[in-house]
Amino acid sequence: MKIVDQAANALSFVEDKVHESHFDRIIWMLRTRRDQAAREVPEWEELRELASQIKEHTLSRLGDYLEEFEASATKRGVHVHWARDAHEHNEILYSILADHQVKNLIKSKSMLTEECDTRPYLQRRSITVTETDLGERIQQLADEPPAHIVGPAWQKTNEDIAELFAKNYGADPNNTDAAYLAGQMRRNTRPLMEHGDAGMTGANFAVAESGAIVTVTNEGNADISANAPKLRICSVGIEKVIPKNEHLAVFIRLLTRSATGERITQYTSHFLAPRKGGEMHVILVDNGRSERLGMDNFWHSLKCIRCAACMNTCPVYRRSGGLSYGSTYMGPIGIIMMPTFDVRRYSELPFSSTLNGSCTNVCPVKINIHDQIYAWREVMEEKNQIKFVKKEAMIVADKILSNPHLYRIAATAGETALSALPRFALYNTLNAWGRHRELPHPVKQTFHEWYKENRPVQDGKEK
Amino acid sequence: MRVGLMVPCYVDMFYPEVGIATVELLEKLKVDFEYPYDQTCCGQPMANSGCYEEAKATEELFIQLFHDYDYIVAPSGSCTHHIRNKFSAAAATPEREAVSKKMLDLVEFLHDVLKVDKFPWASFPHKVALHTSCSAIRGLGMASMSELVHQKSFSKPKSLLERVDGVQFVEFERPDECCGFGGTFSATEEAVAAKIGYDKLAYIDAQHPDCIVSSDMSCLMHLQGCARRMKQEKRFLHVAEILNGASL
Amino acid sequence: MGTREQILGAVRKSQRKFVQLPEIPNFAEDPQNLSEKFESALKRLAGVVVHDPPKDFDQFLRKTFPAAKTICSTAPEVQGNTRVEDIGEWSSAGKIDVTIVRSPLGVAETGSVLLSEDELLVNTIGFLAHDIVILLDPKVIVPDIHAAYRHPHFRDKAYAVLMSGPSGSADIGGKTVHPAQGVMTLTVIYWPHNKQN
Repeated sequence: MKIVDQAANALSFVEDKVHESHFDRIIWMLRTRRDQAAREVPEWEELRELASQIKEHTLSRLGDYLEEFEASATKRGVHVHWARDAHEHNEILYSILADHQVKNLIKSKSMLTEECDTRPYLQRRSITVTETDLGERIQQLADEPPAHIVGPAWQKTNEDIAELFAKNYGADPNNTDAAYLAGQMRRNTRPLMEHGDAGMTGANFAVAESGAIVTVTNEGNADISANAPKLRICSVGIEKVIPKNEHLAVFIRLLTRSATGERITQYTSHFLAPRKGGEMHVILVDNGRSERLGMDNFWHSLKCIRCAACMNTCPVYRRSGGLSYGSTYMGPIGIIMMPTFDVRRYSELPFSSTLNGSCTNVCPVKINIHDQIYAWREVMEEKNQIKFVKKEAMIVADKILSNPHLYRIAATAGETALSALPRFALYNTLNAWGRHRELPHPVKQTFHEWYKENRPVQDGKEK
Repeated sequence: MRVGLMVPCYVDMFYPEVGIATVELLEKLKVDFEYPYDQTCCGQPMANSGCYEEAKATEELFIQLFHDYDYIVAPSGSCTHHIRNKFSAAAATPEREAVSKKMLDLVEFLHDVLKVDKFPWASFPHKVALHTSCSAIRGLGMASMSELVHQKSFSKPKSLLERVDGVQFVEFERPDECCGFGGTFSATEEAVAAKIGYDKLAYIDAQHPDCIVSSDMSCLMHLQGCARRMKQEKRFLHVAEILNGASL
Repeated sequence: MGTREQILGAVRKSQRKFVQLPEIPNFAEDPQNLSEKFESALKRLAGVVVHDPPKDFDQFLRKTFPAAKTICSTAPEVQGNTRVEDIGEWSSAGKIDVTIVRSPLGVAETGSVLLSEDELLVNTIGFLAHDIVILLDPKVIVPDIHAAYRHPHFRDKAYAVLMSGPSGSADIGGKTVHPAQGVMTLTVIYWPHNKQN
């Protein structure tokens, strides 16, 4: 599969002044709100530390906790399935749906199902899938993947959505009021939700002790999807397990505050058993997680609770747009997770970062995101020969910078020196620098030259 | 106390005045320091591209030249952060460990070690927009981080500048958002790097400072490039220059 | 070897060195003014608080929900005109205009009320109905989420939800708007338990 050229994708987005400024503004607003929410909680840093330790503990005993979850859930009548990868997940899901002659599936947001490419799989097998999350539904109508994992449609302006709804729902194309548009969605999608043959959700957490699946939504669409039809399926990544309800409390307090700055979402829902007269299936999915768990430098990314605080604070994500990453997960967390799914396709993502470290500071479970981005660069360089890392220039740089004499010859002042500038000094070719910025001015004298002229140079060192 | 002075390669080549100001400042403060003439670079350009093999010899040259000093000081947060926290291409030796431990940014040296409380030769009656690099803030802890909302607010570069007669500060929006440089990033993803820079300049501009100041010339190099492209005449100064007595 | 064994085997092979499970400290929340804190938190997500049981509940309903015809109550204190037993398919609960239930727990930190199949009987009346009214005894308001999770509902109910406001969405433009797919309004009435009106 082709390597994702995030930089090229970002270029078109950053040149789209309307969408770039819209996106940067509303996503930064989420970071600001997150700060305000954190300020209200004096024990915020302590909660982060607890959340991190709870996750690390659970991951260090993941096998036991998965078995405990399975036993608790099974005891209450839940059918628990295991899927090695995306394909197996889709097959299991389809066989459950086919067994029940499901033609219409309603679905709440699940990034795992995006990972597994579930919707197209089912649609190819004549099952109509209706996304019930407003943002996911918008992206479904636009035939685009999510641009953000919490607000999938945030890249679209109200005008874009009005146009989309006019086309699909006959709504008024000139009414860009958010409440009007949300009302249009309700009018059109509620009937589909009430007549679904089966409902599918993801899970934010899976509690081992009680066997509970936990979902967190503003709309209540997971609650509707899980309770309106009789058949309910839930897909859960194996890293979502946590030990007990008392641990769940820590994450619930951190999650929404980190994501949007609200204290909680309108619906925090816990499902321990099938509804009365209903059937409940849980599919536990590996899809590369057990392998990632074994990676010394990268396993911490499994702590992720999908809040997207890292995306919100990332200056690169906000100017590039979420679709530029060509991946299920984007921004900082995407950069460190996606290579574990496909190390070649996502080999350039670790370079889509200034390594500023803000993401690490906002992560509620203290993933060392920017350190992992840095560590991935070495892995990628060894494995993949990144096209814009000019190996020849690096070799020349190595020769020159490790040799004091050669360095002083290369780094001389004057007009000609600037144009023949050692590439390493500007980290790449002059052309790249000059596209959007002016070059540094040439100097009359380098510091070395000034020092030699104006200060004594030590004995025994080259003059 | 013997101090080894490091002047970053890009300062050497493009902003020698910052190196000169640092030398003169250390002399005014009567610091016993040496500038190992054979120095070149800290290795960051190669390491940041994932090319550890190509960074090794350069890092080892640095260790060889500097390991004997009590402190190693550089007017650069990004080089200091690399040497202190990411110096792993060079072979792991006691000298390498020593160098990482002794490496300080100039601001840290003045603030934490010398504890300089006045700069009587300096006067700078102007409005300053102070930008502190991500390396300095999050890598070296030189200032409080906006994400850590319960952290008490502080800034070492600011406390030094406050001791210069006449300095006033403007507060601007998104005070510690990255400037967009990111070393290799500014070339590999040039348009985004520039946009981040343009935005920062706009936030700063809205407060009408007389100049933009940082303890990292790499950020200023990037912002200067952005400003010139936007045909804006702005003054950029390194903290060392103001502490040394520069005027606008 | 089945997938289950394969996955568990792969997980156990990759597992990291043991990390101790931390103790969750008691974040001693101030138990004062819980009903005020609850109200202010609920208002943030567009919930409404009524401070006293209405003297004439029918009049209250007519005034608050003038267009409402089907009222379904599972709360003993209030009579509706539609029995929850008569709803039939759970997916048809959208025909209910106003759902009235009693909640056994409120959370001051977040303005949340707890509901389960014990209180809802037919779960969907909690979110497919047009509006929801929740009776809450202020005495069962606990300070924070840690306290809330000690409630037994979270260990043994098939479905337990913390509802913190009417259904809304921030998916357009980042600010929460209503309506979304669920209830249009959520009203909590401070109503001491066992007090008939």
